[in-house]
Amino acid sequence: MMAETKEKKHEIVIIEKNCKGCEICVEFCPTNTLGMHMGKCVVVDLDKCIGCKMCEIRCPDFAIFVDNPYAENFKKNK
Amino acid sequence: MARKDIDYSKYLRLEYIPHIWCPGCGHGSIMKSIIRAVDELNLDKDKTVLVSGIGCSSRIVGYMDFNTLHTTHGRALAFATGIKLARPELNVIVASGDGDATAIGGNHFIHACRRNIDITLIVFNNFIYGMTGGQYSPTTPVGSYASTSPYGNIDPSFNICRLAEAAGATYVARANVYSIAQADNFIKKGIQNKGFSVIEVITHCPTYYGRKNKLKTPADNLRWQKEVSVSIHRAKKMTPEELEGKIITGEFVNKSEEEYTEKYERLIIEKAQGKI
Amino acid sequence: MKVKESKFISGNEAVAYGAITAGCRFFAGYPISPSSEIAENMSYLLPKYGGKFIQMEDEIASIGAAIGASIAGKKSMTATSGPGFSLKQENLGFACMAEIPLVVVDVMRGGPSTGAPTSPAQADILQSRWGTHGDHPIIVIAPTMVQEIFFEVIRAFNLAERFRNPVVLLIDEINGHMRAKVDIVDESEVEIWHRPKPENPVGWKTPYKRNEELVPLMPDFGDGARFNITGLDHSETGFPTGDPKVRQQLHYYLRDKIEKNKDKMIKSEYLNTEDAEIMVIAYGSTARSAMRAVEVLRSEGVKVGLFRPITLYPVPEKEIFEVCENVKKIVVPEMNLGQYVLEVERITKGKIPISKVNRTDGEPITPEQIIEAIKD
Repeated sequence: MMAETKEKKHEIVIIEKNCKGCEICVEFCPTNTLGMHMGKCVVVDLDKCIGCKMCEIRCPDFAIFVDNPYAENFKKNK
Repeated sequence: MARKDIDYSKYLRLEYIPHIWCPGCGHGSIMKSIIRAVDELNLDKDKTVLVSGIGCSSRIVGYMDFNTLHTTHGRALAFATGIKLARPELNVIVASGDGDATAIGGNHFIHACRRNIDITLIVFNNFIYGMTGGQYSPTTPVGSYASTSPYGNIDPSFNICRLAEAAGATYVARANVYSIAQADNFIKKGIQNKGFSVIEVITHCPTYYGRKNKLKTPADNLRWQKEVSVSIHRAKKMTPEELEGKIITGEFVNKSEEEYTEKYERLIIEKAQGKI
Repeated sequence: MKVKESKFISGNEAVAYGAITAGCRFFAGYPISPSSEIAENMSYLLPKYGGKFIQMEDEIASIGAAIGASIAGKKSMTATSGPGFSLKQENLGFACMAEIPLVVVDVMRGGPSTGAPTSPAQADILQSRWGTHGDHPIIVIAPTMVQEIFFEVIRAFNLAERFRNPVVLLIDEINGHMRAKVDIVDESEVEIWHRPKPENPVGWKTPYKRNEELVPLMPDFGDGARFNITGLDHSETGFPTGDPKVRQQLHYYLRDKIEKNKDKMIKSEYLNTEDAEIMVIAYGSTARSAMRAVEVLRSEGVKVGLFRPITLYPVPEKEIFEVCENVKKIVVPEMNLGQYVLEVERITKGKIPISKVNRTDGEPITPEQIIEAIKD
């Protein structure tokens, strides 16, 4: 199992301007992929990400996306 | 679990994001759930109307790229009823809070249920009046603290879903922000239901409810939701004592009854115009 | 004008027939005396024309539904009486702020509170102007005769649509329940206005962009524009704004939309005013007693005239000023303790003595009372 997930690198996009630092994504990440830095969410160990998307689905602020090809749309404005 | 990649931006007015809700507020999660449901149904944005009243939840209309209407406190369902009757071809969704829907708007709530008009009501239940600074609402649990219940709340709560069921809504379900994916499905089914649908989503106000009730962080609030929630299937095997203080999630009503605007067409317009 | 049919009907019924001719296709109401016949007649007539009637759970919901239907493109109306009019005030303010066309009929009865449900009064005059909170634009019409009610309802819809503003039609228990022969005409026989909209609503993002009359060009919901409507201070886009300049400009627009177009809204009637030395200013059903008083006194050689404002708000300031310029005395009879007289006092700046004739006992003001005040 470990080997299999490691092969699949996941892409996490964080929209910093949308992140309010609520820490929900960090608290509920099952693999401790995420952490906090200067009041915003950051990826601390991408290798640990299993692509469950629980952070994306729980984030109330459109601030974190996992393997979502549309994430870049949130970078466009402003 | 594989989840479809979704383009949330397609349904948003990006120029107004980030939204005004506090850090960790569950309302943003519900908005995302609505987007996933609407996306799955492929609703025509031009033919979809989102109506709200007043309060934190009501600010959702500013962010979503539909025909949006931000009305007066408690009255969203009344406005929505007029819209639906005037143009039945429109999909009408109403977003409301616990205070907006069941206190000041309580009368409109029960009567919209009774008529079974094809409107989908999503109640953002965070147990508090957030916008005005955390006063107790009709759903604030007994014993909880609010800015107007400094000695603990003594008013019994409404059970919104049971109220909707008793009043005649044809689709009634409850989910929570902790298991928000479940709400996607309920909202989707609510919109599909040709009749009045109520989807109550248990959410949280970390700023006012949480801080006063030992749920300090947004994550604490979500964990609390997980602790107190019981699925309808499990609840059936539990005693009333065991269910004390629990919040049951699941589908409570899913039935088919003739919808109001269709009935109006069939029984009133056709009769008045001499067709029957 | 081709008359479709003549009917012996009450003022309340005339409201319903006038509304249908005006193109009203949505009505939401709640039972209340003495206005209920309006709802009853709308429930009968509207479905015949493909329109919708709904009896809502309360007065607040009724005006809410009517505003909703108007946003979705239907000419809409609600009707009520005193206590119900009080309840509707918040949403009336919403319609003023969001600039949604709407006709609100208030069949005035005795007040305050439950007062006298089946007796006439004209005590909602200031409420009709200032009932909702905040500075707000409003148009108020008060017809007198039953036939006139029919045509004034049409005018109310035209003004509501043309200026995207609520219009309050004030009648009372007397002319609301009085029966008279009313000539009903079709829409082809009268001038009919529709709300201003952008030529191509698809993708229209500025619902509060204004035409030369300062009226927003707003599409209806479902037209393909996907815009926002709110009761919050908003910009041209319809979205809330905190910018003081934009907020101030919005409030100026709301005021100026009425102020700069008031000549298109004001309607008055003059009876023997040219050589009058005494001027009676009366409106609504009280004007009937005033007409009789003027007729009687003229036959005795008294130089008295009647100015009858049919549009109460915006106030016909120029008209009242001019008609009172050369008179020695003004008489203002009204079934309240002195409301519209405040406007007359303001306009004439205390230069001419004003005699008030007031009554709130549920009985109409008689011609004799007015004659007495004129002679006094």
